[in-house]
Amino acid sequence: MNIMMLLEMAASGCPERIAFVDPEMDVSISYQELFDAAGNMAAILRGSDAGRLAMLDISNIGIPIGLFASGWAGIPYVPLNYRLTDPEIDSLIDRITPAYLVTEPERVAGFRDREGVQVSSRTDFVGQARVSGEAPDPWSMDPEDTAVLLFTSGTTGAPKAAVLRQKHLVSYILGSVEFMGADEEEAALVCVPPYHIAGIAAVLSSVYSGRRVVQLANFTAEKWVQIAHDEKITTAFVVPTMLSRIVEELDGAKNADMPHLQSLSYGGGKMPLSVIQRAMELFPGTDFTNAYGLTETSSTITVLGPDEHRLAAASDEESIRRRLVSVGVPLPGIELEIRDEEGSVQPVGERGEIYVRGEQVSGEYEGRGSVVDNDGWFPTRDAGFVDAEGFLFIDGRADDVIVRGGENMSPGEIEDVLLEHPAVSDVAVVGMPSEEWGEAVVAAVVIADEVMAEELQEWVKEHMRSSRVPERIEFWDELPYNETGKLLRRVVKERLV
Amino acid sequence: MAGLAAGQRLKSTVCATEIMIISAPDGDFELQCGGAPMTDGEGNAGGDVDADYAEGTALGKRYVNEDGGLELLCVKPGDGSLSAGGEALKVKDAKKLPKTD
Repeated sequence: MNIMMLLEMAASGCPERIAFVDPEMDVSISYQELFDAAGNMAAILRGSDAGRLAMLDISNIGIPIGLFASGWAGIPYVPLNYRLTDPEIDSLIDRITPAYLVTEPERVAGFRDREGVQVSSRTDFVGQARVSGEAPDPWSMDPEDTAVLLFTSGTTGAPKAAVLRQKHLVSYILGSVEFMGADEEEAALVCVPPYHIAGIAAVLSSVYSGRRVVQLANFTAEKWVQIAHDEKITTAFVVPTMLSRIVEELDGAKNADMPHLQSLSYGGGKMPLSVIQRAMELFPGTDFTNAYGLTETSSTITVLGPDEHRLAAASDEESIRRRLVSVGVPLPGIELEIRDEEGSVQPVGERGEIYVRGEQVSGEYEGRGSVVDNDGWFPTRDAGFVDAEGFLFIDGRADDVIVRGGENMSPGEIEDVLLEHPAVSDVAVVGMPSEEWGEAVVAAVVIADEVMAEELQEWVKEHMRSSRVPERIEFWDELPYNETGKLLRRVVKERLV
Repeated sequence: MAGLAAGQRLKSTVCATEIMIISAPDGDFELQCGGAPMTDGEGNAGGDVDADYAEGTALGKRYVNEDGGLELLCVKPGDGSLSAGGEALKVKDAKKLPKTD
């Protein structure tokens, strides 16, 4: 198995069809051209001593070329988060050398003398890939080859590199997408960043279904609405924060006036009921789908489909109506269980940790091995429950990771930074429900010296990405601990409400 | 032919068909296309497609045997049709799923 096989099939099924369009850069690439470009780049990668292809860049035509070229060359593809700070990026790059690094032209100079890194600007990379060359030897079909390494934020601070093998990604696509299922005029608007599993899944699903992908590199609701109109977008994926902004952008409108938008799927965080209800009013003819998944599961594992959305929205019965905030039922290739802390399977309605099993599930981290048990079950660290009809509801994280605007962050990392401030003696950081972000970062701080909340916010900003800055800081006399000294985050949250 | 492994890619020896194994039962399996054994080496050797196995294969379709234990994906179409141990393989109906990404 190899993701290249998916592109090969698409290129043979619809060679002339446009595969990717970057409207802001005014460039596009057809399926046959994408196949050829992947081959050219694979030859270059094989000729280098790179063990990884790293992409530190926004969405652009080079992203799908890089993803498929690394599959062809037989080296892992490593998309990096361009929103990280320079020191954070440096430490990730240290973990993946020797690497071929593709990045924005402005960043190239900073990596030129770096040991173990062969750097190329996006422009050169795409240029090199698109000159005609001879196709290299075929790609490996070994299902165990690593396709993608994706850095994810965990509870312990330093990012873990999730290992997705060829078999995981190919199984996901074969199990969830119909080959050439898209009509000629179908177009997907992809606005999730390339370093997010949803961004990788969007590339692979669109290619296998033969859909034209319109790339939107830096999301704003205004641009999204504009492109959706101009390009007659038929399908799109957004995280809840994006949908919330789109709904705001269309404020006052009776409907979005996008009859061509057949389907709008969302995932990556908790969707507020008010947002999805308003969105369904604004897009009356559009099929809504909620997709729940994780990096470690090669994206989507459960789906709340369009019919369930309409049924729930129209129902007067609370048990059916609340399914609008459910993440639906497992994909055909996925089994799901809710377990308590002792590992016992929970009955209907009881909260516990979500476990999943299936061919698309990896659960493996580089250098740490697999967290999948002997029977193939992967602990998601998400908590939830299943209702009588089998609908899954997510209820926070089993391990307290904060999910803000689709971005996972570890409270421990933020606490560590705050604790370094001389005036802070103890701190608890939690995610609190937020209409805008799904969860907002909030801190309860015990201080030794006088300090203003603004000063602590500035302190976090100096040391971390701005998304980590607590929106609200409260000063407490002490934090709640249990008798064994474990911080009671649940109690912190209750007191912060 | 020896046992089949998921992910393995095989070619017809009498037409352009290529397939990938999605799942296969344990044990030896005689997989044929166009009435001739398939190979993981060089493909089309110039032989003829057997008239009894000439319905053709379709790109992107999945093929299964009667009990569903064997499942293949056609990655290149051709004139021959697929069979295993003399049993003709059938096209598996695609599941209709909502678009998720």
